[in-house]
Order: sequence, then structure tokens, then C-alpha cells
Amino acid sequence: MRMVKMTDLPTKGGFSFDLCRRNEMLLKNGLQMPPFRKTGTTIVGLVFQDGVVLGADTRATEGPIVADKNCEKIHFMSPNIYCCGAGTAADTEAVTDMVSSQLQLHRYATGRESRVVTALTLLKSHLFNYQGHVSAALVLGGVDVTGPHLHTVYPHGSTDTLPFATMGSGSLAAMSVFESKYKEGLTREEGIELVAEAICAGIFNDLGSGSNVDVCVITKGKTEYLRNYQLPNPRTYISSKGYTFVKGQTEVLSTKITQIQQKVETRESGDAMEE
Amino acid sequence: MQNVEISIPTLNGWLLGYPVTYLFSNEKLKKATGVVSMQSLHIYKIYVTRYPYVTGTSVIAMKYKDGVIMASDTAGSYGSTLRYKSVERIKTVGDHTIIGASGEISDFQEIMRYLDELILYDKMWDDGNSLGPKEVHNYLNRIMYNRRNKFNPLYNSLVLGGVKNGQKYLGTVNMIGTHYEDDHLATGFGNHLARPILRSEWREDLTFEEAVKLIEKCLLVLLYRDRSSINKFQIAKITAEGTTIHPPYSLRTYWGFSHFQNPSKGAAGTW
Repeated sequence: MRMVKMTDLPTKGGFSFDLCRRNEMLLKNGLQMPPFRKTGTTIVGLVFQDGVVLGADTRATEGPIVADKNCEKIHFMSPNIYCCGAGTAADTEAVTDMVSSQLQLHRYATGRESRVVTALTLLKSHLFNYQGHVSAALVLGGVDVTGPHLHTVYPHGSTDTLPFATMGSGSLAAMSVFESKYKEGLTREEGIELVAEAICAGIFNDLGSGSNVDVCVITKGKTEYLRNYQLPNPRTYISSKGYTFVKGQTEVLSTKITQIQQKVETRESGDAMEE
Repeated sequence: MQNVEISIPTLNGWLLGYPVTYLFSNEKLKKATGVVSMQSLHIYKIYVTRYPYVTGTSVIAMKYKDGVIMASDTAGSYGSTLRYKSVERIKTVGDHTIIGASGEISDFQEIMRYLDELILYDKMWDDGNSLGPKEVHNYLNRIMYNRRNKFNPLYNSLVLGGVKNGQKYLGTVNMIGTHYEDDHLATGFGNHLARPILRSEWREDLTFEEAVKLIEKCLLVLLYRDRSSINKFQIAKITAEGTTIHPPYSLRTYWGFSHFQNPSKGAAGTW
């Protein structure tokens, strides 16, 4: 009878649970998990005469800090469909990318232009499956063979079909502009102006939204993505000549020079990688 | 001097807001003083306003050329039920001020009691001077803040407007004692839905008609988007000549967007 020698097994794949106990201990001792990077946002969409106009601000927040001053919240779904996203930035990014790829595959399979309801159904069934844990609130708009469409999608998977829609923390400020000024049969210029006004209401009245206005105009056969359509918050305080700091500008009060230790001691230890 | 009754003032009064005294017979006096003034106070029950019951929703107000204009709807909600449909949430205070309240209606009635008493005592002096909006605002601010410090707030957000000696005044105070003045103000949902409109469209020299149009624009948005508002509004104005609270009226709403017709035509399962 030969005893099998105990050797370390080669590591397989799979989740390593080594740190779970330490994480639990940290949480129990009062560690605050860093907050999710949310987009604290104003996103809007409206239907006008020939198509839809989507708008968004460009501020991404991490709790009270502005993480990205000029992020892109209007995501590409297909050449004729775009989607604005509010909520957790990673969720909106991932879910719109995923559905965009699914639409591309569908286009190859059918040989036809994607329809807005297809994107809508793919999004809502994914979000419903995750029961609201995928925190993505979206404004989906586009023009296909059946005409212009505008929908809102909520994190739990319900949808609305509307002539004008707003989402995000600045949605009330933007909605007040839409409710008082929207009418049927707007022209392209009127539509863009109204969207920009609604986003500006969100930027200036909501703390979670800010920086610039992005606009996307989708009509039959043509889409225009107007990145940074308006920049209502310019930096006005930079010196155009640049800053120079000459030697002697900062007063030196005292000087102390400490030599770094020249001797370095090494100790022999077993090579951990060997085994 | 046997069964003389002695009264001792106590600290309980501080919490309740009015003096409380206890009567004891002579032989119990020593024990009573020991318990009441030297030992720690045992608090058995304090009734405070923790939740509002009958509430009013937003009030919006702004200065215009001749004075101040204020508007609110006339709804008193009991939780999610629309219980009272003719609640006057804007009232006059003295000759120079109007006050509008949102939040608990009973606490607003209590505030009106305090203010009417204040004005009455002022009139009794009969000295030719009358309390203006700034003074009333300050008085109200003290009441609200002191109640908050005793953990027994008056559950309201108030807007005060008035004109005195040609000076227009518009201020707000709420249940935790926060107070400030501005050219246009709102409470509750009005802050989110009406203030953005007012910030971009308000001007110093609005005429009364223009001011009413602007306020109606805000009231309509609130009607569409605030679930506890109703289509019955009251507008009040105050100028150097005096106060007018207009009778209630309704706004015309529009529901004819083509997209509201058959919304699930293209997408099954949408509303």
C-alpha cells in the first residue's frame, strides 16, 4: 500500500472565496463601500414633425463628486436608433452595448433596418429578468419603417410610449419646460431648441446634472449626433498666457537635507514561486 | 396652618409650552419638593406632530410690478385620498401681508391663531403703526424654530408676501426653521416643477396680467405632474392698496396628443 503524497493541486478556474471573510469583517467594522458611479442626469426626448430629438447633459457623479465633466450619455443602438441612459453608468453602458450588438446580429439575420420596438423589447426583457437590480433608466428614440418612436424604459422593465419624455434626477425641471411649451407638429429647429432648453433647465436647477448639452436628431434616413451642441458652462478663469512659477516665488523658510541610507540588507528566503 | 395647599412651578412647563404647577397638601410638601425640583424629571408622554395627516400641496408666489402674487390649489389630502376640495390655503394677516401654507392643515390653523393674536395685540396698541410682512416673517420664524428645537414642529412650509411703505417683500419659512427671501418662491413640488420656469421667465416689471399668465403656466405643470393637486386654484394678490383673494377657478388642460391615442400599437405591453 503506497501512501499518496500530498502535493498542492494546480489551481483551477472559478471564484476564489479567500477574501470573503475579510470583506465581511470590514463591513462589520464600519467600512463604507464606495458609491456606484451614477449618472445623476437629465435626459429628454421628444417627437417632432419628421422624427425624434434626444438630449442629455454630460455630468457623471460619484456621490457628491463630479467624476466626469463631459461624458456621453446618448448611446448608439443602430444607425437609426439612439438611447439616452440615466442611473448607474456601468449598467446603462453595458445594457445599451449588449442590445446594440444583438440588433446588429438581428440585422444580419433579417437583412432589414432595425425597428425601435425590437430594441425596446430586448431592453425591457433583459431589465425585467434582473428585477430592477440593473439600474438603467433609458429614453429610447428612433425612426424606422413604421415611423418615429419614443419610449422610456424603467429599471424594473416597464415602458411608456410618449410624445415627450424626461428621465433622471433633473427630469422634473426638464418636464416643467416640456409641459409648458410642447406642441404637436414642431419643426426641426423648434424641436432642437426645446430639447436644449429642457436640458439647460436640468443643468441649472438640478445639482446632479451639469456641464454641456448633447443633442441627437433622428429623421428618416439621416441621423445627426450633435455632441456638445451647447456649452453653457465655460471655464472663464484660465489665464490665456499660461502660468509660470519662477524660482524664488515661493519663500524658503528653512532647509534640511537627510541622506537616504546607503546600506541595503538582503535576507535569504525561499523562492515562493518555485512550488 | 394644617391643610394648606402649596403650588410649585415645574420644568414640565418648558416642554409643553405653558406653565404647569402642581398642588400639594402641607404634609406631602417635603416629598413633593424632593421629587419635583431636585430629582430628575421623568417624562411619561409627549405628544408631537410626527406625521402630517391632512395636507396641502405646493404654494407658488412671486413679486410683480405692483406687489406680490400668490397661488395654490384648494385641496386637502388625507394620505392618498382627496378628502377636502375647498381648503383655503392662502390667508391675509393684518393689512400688509398674505400667507400661504403647505403641509398639515391643522398646524396652519394653529399658526393663523398665533398670527391673528399678534395682529390683535398690535392693533390694541392703537399707535398708528402696523406690523409689516418682514415683522410677521420674523415672528413666524421664531415660532417655527423654537417648536423644532422641542421636537414638536408645526408641520408646514409657509410663504409670506406683502407690501409696506412701497417695499415689496416675499419670504418663506418651513418646519425646521429654514427661512429666506427671494423674488419668487415655491413650496413642496413647486420647487422642482415651478422654480425652473420662474428662474428663466420671471422679470422685475411684470404687469398683473403677465404675472397671472406666468403663474398659471406653473400651476398647469403642477396639475399635470403632482398627484395631490386638483384643478381648482386660488390666486391672491397684495399691493399697496390692499389684498384681494380671488374666488377659485379651473385651468384648461390638453390631452389630445396623437401619441396618447393607442400607445401600444407599435409595442405590446406599453401603457
